[in-house]
Amino acid sequence: MKTDELVTLLATRAAPAPRHVAARRFALAMPLAIAAAMALMRGLYGIRPDLAVVAGQPLFWARLVFAAAMSVGALIVVLRLARPGRRVAAAWWGVAAPVLVLWAAAIGVLWWLPAESRAPQLLGHTWSQCAANITLLSIPALAALFWAVKGLAPTRLRLAGAATGLLGGAIATIAYCLHCPEMTVPFWAVWYVSGMAVPALAGAVLGPRLLRW
Amino acid sequence: MSGDRPLERSDLLARVEVSLSTRFQLAQAGDAAAYRDFLEELSGHLRAFLRHRLAQAPDDVEDILQETLLAIHNSRHTYRSDQPLTAWVYAIARYKLMDFYRHHARRGALNLPLEAADELFARSDTEPMQARHDIGQLLEELPARHRLPIMHVKLRGLSVAETARLTGMSESAVKVGVHRGLKALALKIRSAT
Repeated sequence: MKTDELVTLLATRAAPAPRHVAARRFALAMPLAIAAAMALMRGLYGIRPDLAVVAGQPLFWARLVFAAAMSVGALIVVLRLARPGRRVAAAWWGVAAPVLVLWAAAIGVLWWLPAESRAPQLLGHTWSQCAANITLLSIPALAALFWAVKGLAPTRLRLAGAATGLLGGAIATIAYCLHCPEMTVPFWAVWYVSGMAVPALAGAVLGPRLLRW
Repeated sequence: MSGDRPLERSDLLARVEVSLSTRFQLAQAGDAAAYRDFLEELSGHLRAFLRHRLAQAPDDVEDILQETLLAIHNSRHTYRSDQPLTAWVYAIARYKLMDFYRHHARRGALNLPLEAADELFARSDTEPMQARHDIGQLLEELPARHRLPIMHVKLRGLSVAETARLTGMSESAVKVGVHRGLKALALKIRSAT
């Protein structure tokens, strides 16, 4: 076909583009991702039995706030990277700031602690499982979110994949907070962040393949 | 009215931006002739850009051009009127070109900048109607409530919020200003040609 013919053909299809496509896709994918992570968390690990007790502790909520802040920050970055020609710019702070605050708090805690209690604070009882558990919980979320992003014609696939993976990891972390028995800031600073970093890396690897359009 | 002249991006790019976005907006309302003009003007720029970038593979230019036009048509829903249309088009053209480079194991992808709409729109292989009217002139004729939102959002690439802060307008007034302003410009362009 000649380009002129293509132009003529396309011109006959002048019409309003479908509206609110992003809103509709994410309104489906986000609840699905959260529900799937929650269901998987209950099925595989179970909600911690003392939830009612720890719900009275500020540390429990601090942890949830961190995971929720990462989710919101990552969602904003994803929404920008999902569309052609939009800059992320200052929106990167939405994911950088929660991590920096958490790390600063963790360094502060470790600084004040006597040397012999630093390692227990960092490793807790579940350090060897935490990141893997979060990654596992993020898998259905990743599937739903990759579908949502692909429909918006992302043009920087690796970066969009990484941000989508991070969002999936952050959502999985919200769910994991309801199971995880670890209540120390240094533990979260290392293992929760790792648990989000693994899906983000996976997203960066998968992005160029799964997000192509 | 010189203090608020927009043209931080090149004058040329600004002209293309206004010309393309007015037509695109009409096309969104179902105006086939405007959509045709839009696609033709775009083809001219894309062809020149691709010829320049694919000097070693001139036979592939029309293929990639058509793929890009199709991609632009099929991704219309991802464009938001609060971003420069030229930046959106460039991102899609760059994506299609990168795809080609990757498939053919060419190294051109390495020096394809992320944001370079001015390179894409600097040339045209059709030299379209844009020369017939002075868009800057027509823009000056618009009332400030239309002109300022277009200049800041479309030409300088500022966000709606930044534009609202800069002009003292409300955010919804900025959005309405862009939309109505482009419509008014389209009518002026129509009657000028």
